[in-house]
Amino acid sequence: MYPDYMRESIEMVVRTRPKRLKIARKIGKQVFPAMSEEEREVVLSNFHPDYRADARREIQIGKNKGENITTKVADMLESYSRIDPDRIDLSKFDMETDVLVIGAGSAGLSAALTASGEGASVLIATKLRLGDSNSMMAQGGIQAADQPDDNPAIHYLDVLGGGHFDNKPDLVEALVNDAPLSIKWLEELGVMFDKTETGSMSVAAGGGTSRMRMHSARDYTGAAICRVLRDEVYNRPDKIKYVEYTAIIELILDNKGQAIGAVAYHLENRQYSIIKAKSIVIATGGFGRLHIQNFETTNHYGATADGLAIAYRAGAPLLYMDSVQYHPTGAVFPEQIVGFLCTEKIRGLGAQPVNRNGELFVYPLEPRDVEAASFIRESTERNLGIKTPSGLVGIWLDSPLIEELSGEGTIEHALPAMLRQFDRFDIDIRKYPMLVYPTLHYQNGGIDINEKAETVIPGLYVAGEASGGVHGRNRLMGNSQLDIIVFGRRAGIHSAERVKAGVKFGEPSLEHVRKYNEEAKALGIDRHKVSPVVLPDYIPDHVKAKQLTATYEGTLI
Amino acid sequence: MEIERVMVKVYIMGEAYEVPEGSTILSATEYAGFQIKRGVGCREGFCGACATVYREKGDYKLKGGLACQTVVTDGMTIAQIPSVPAEKPVYDITQLEANENTFKELFPTVFRCVACNTCTKACPQDIKVMDYVQALKRGDIARAADISFDCIRCGLCALRCPAEIVQYNAAILARRLYARYLAPKSPEVDIRIEEIEAGKFVPEIDELKKTDRVELGEKYYKREINID
Repeated sequence: MYPDYMRESIEMVVRTRPKRLKIARKIGKQVFPAMSEEEREVVLSNFHPDYRADARREIQIGKNKGENITTKVADMLESYSRIDPDRIDLSKFDMETDVLVIGAGSAGLSAALTASGEGASVLIATKLRLGDSNSMMAQGGIQAADQPDDNPAIHYLDVLGGGHFDNKPDLVEALVNDAPLSIKWLEELGVMFDKTETGSMSVAAGGGTSRMRMHSARDYTGAAICRVLRDEVYNRPDKIKYVEYTAIIELILDNKGQAIGAVAYHLENRQYSIIKAKSIVIATGGFGRLHIQNFETTNHYGATADGLAIAYRAGAPLLYMDSVQYHPTGAVFPEQIVGFLCTEKIRGLGAQPVNRNGELFVYPLEPRDVEAASFIRESTERNLGIKTPSGLVGIWLDSPLIEELSGEGTIEHALPAMLRQFDRFDIDIRKYPMLVYPTLHYQNGGIDINEKAETVIPGLYVAGEASGGVHGRNRLMGNSQLDIIVFGRRAGIHSAERVKAGVKFGEPSLEHVRKYNEEAKALGIDRHKVSPVVLPDYIPDHVKAKQLTATYEGTLI
Repeated sequence: MEIERVMVKVYIMGEAYEVPEGSTILSATEYAGFQIKRGVGCREGFCGACATVYREKGDYKLKGGLACQTVVTDGMTIAQIPSVPAEKPVYDITQLEANENTFKELFPTVFRCVACNTCTKACPQDIKVMDYVQALKRGDIARAADISFDCIRCGLCALRCPAEIVQYNAAILARRLYARYLAPKSPEVDIRIEEIEAGKFVPEIDELKKTDRVELGEKYYKREINID
């Protein structure tokens, strides 16, 4: 339930709704002028968190040394290893596999299934459980240009425009061309996509898309995909092995510079183990739990960019690590759900962002960075946001409009997760607008790859959010769900191809870890700073002060 | 943020802790000093990692919920379920038929359902679990797929079921069978795949790949938008 003091503002939203509804019925989706390139630049440079003075800094260590990257990422990477190379016995290994997949969201699961299908033995290592990932939480949809009025070239241009034209062309080409095949692959595995009465795919618009090509499974799209991939992995116990609660904390290279294994750490029994592998796929996801610029996040518990840490230490360069995506519509009330994702599909279905006075102030479907910046402008410079009891600010997302536009029952059918999320706290989004504000959401950049998901390190592949280049400096809705399938499968294919071509192991080495530790020492980095972070820590300071084991930043207690 | 907080008392695995009023079970447990490894996942109600059994003060009823979504009450007693050792049969979806015989073979416990509704009461997603189990008994896979759709696999239903049914594993099979065998087909997808394989869009994409930023920008801002 909303507190009494918000009632007046809610009434203004109700009062302005009939007129906004009339315009929407007449014009369709483009109810407000979209911004020109210049207008986008103005709102971004003045209001997007990436442009704040302390948003980026020069990283002092590693392959991207001297570049300006996101401050908290630089902080994380300027650190020591969790292991002392001299105490790790590389002469024997505990597990051996053709392909090691690190991370078990939809990119990792896709890579595992595909590599296995190509005849490779697969071991998945995940620091939580199979499926624990941002993939499982995605809501609104997955893009694919499979409708008659659309095609991959149109999709290509949308992707580029959203990404500020920084996207790597070969990666975008792969993304858009593999899209319809990815949808088919998923449906054949058993993913229930929404369909129209005539049986064709139900498609919607998203921010920055010029056609309706967002395929969905209600607003549980990520889960609908991820749990099917996971179930299929469970069905291949002879071909795909997995270990859970097992964090990969370093890669092992050989004296020829190939990636040939990993050091694993079990979070519960606290033992390390050595995994030997011919190919390694990093699918470790994003960085929301680093709480960049102290934002709350949509991301799952494990989103600490572990893959970045281990790959960077091994010498794989990063691309566009200066770009962070804030999802415009994170929940901001009540306090228990601050930061939670409220899918872009809500706007795709016609909901409008309105300010304290019930006025629509922006085209609802700008690309995310532009939309987020404009919400921030509305709440700060224009001072037309709504304050919450816990000191935050938000703007209204007028969801009841959806019922007016598409009929009663639309929200229950198309947005059951959203209806439930707010209903738990006595807010019926069919009758009341949602209070939202930008929330830390997606890692636009990442480890540099080519269209085969290869890094510069032979034997090391990356798929999904951990990689960079596909989305340039800003990702569109539904292209991450697509990315993870397209590049998960490509990583699977090419990692298996490498196995089939034959891998000759050289001498295993952690020399890269030694060198990185020395570089960190020479920079005077605090010895307590280690990476990968593995899990965030939400224990309050006054409790931590009494905990004997609280020594490292981000350590496991 | 340092707002003056009212504190409430909760019992985590039997031990008393003072935590801020309005905390979820998850945030209360972290406030108490636990860095949870097993029993946290998405933190937003989508993954089922944080299944929790709890009781409220003065109430004999044993309730189930998600730690990340359930707000604590004064005197609540909490126990997280870190893992559910339920059976999962292995199957090849390409070799199965979408009818109740598949369930008789792979999930025989479904047919032990006594319609007690305990599963429905245990579900933190308010899914009518018993209804979909009953649908499976009748071979109505489409209905079971529809009703079970929002399942996040927290395991609470299976833990409470007196007939030892693993509802959520039966449900994912129902949904996969529905999508693969029973859902209407979308021929436009196959048509597009063929066109892509035939290279229909290669010239246009090649052209875009060669276009410089400035011209790409012009093309982009002038492009036709057709989203209604």
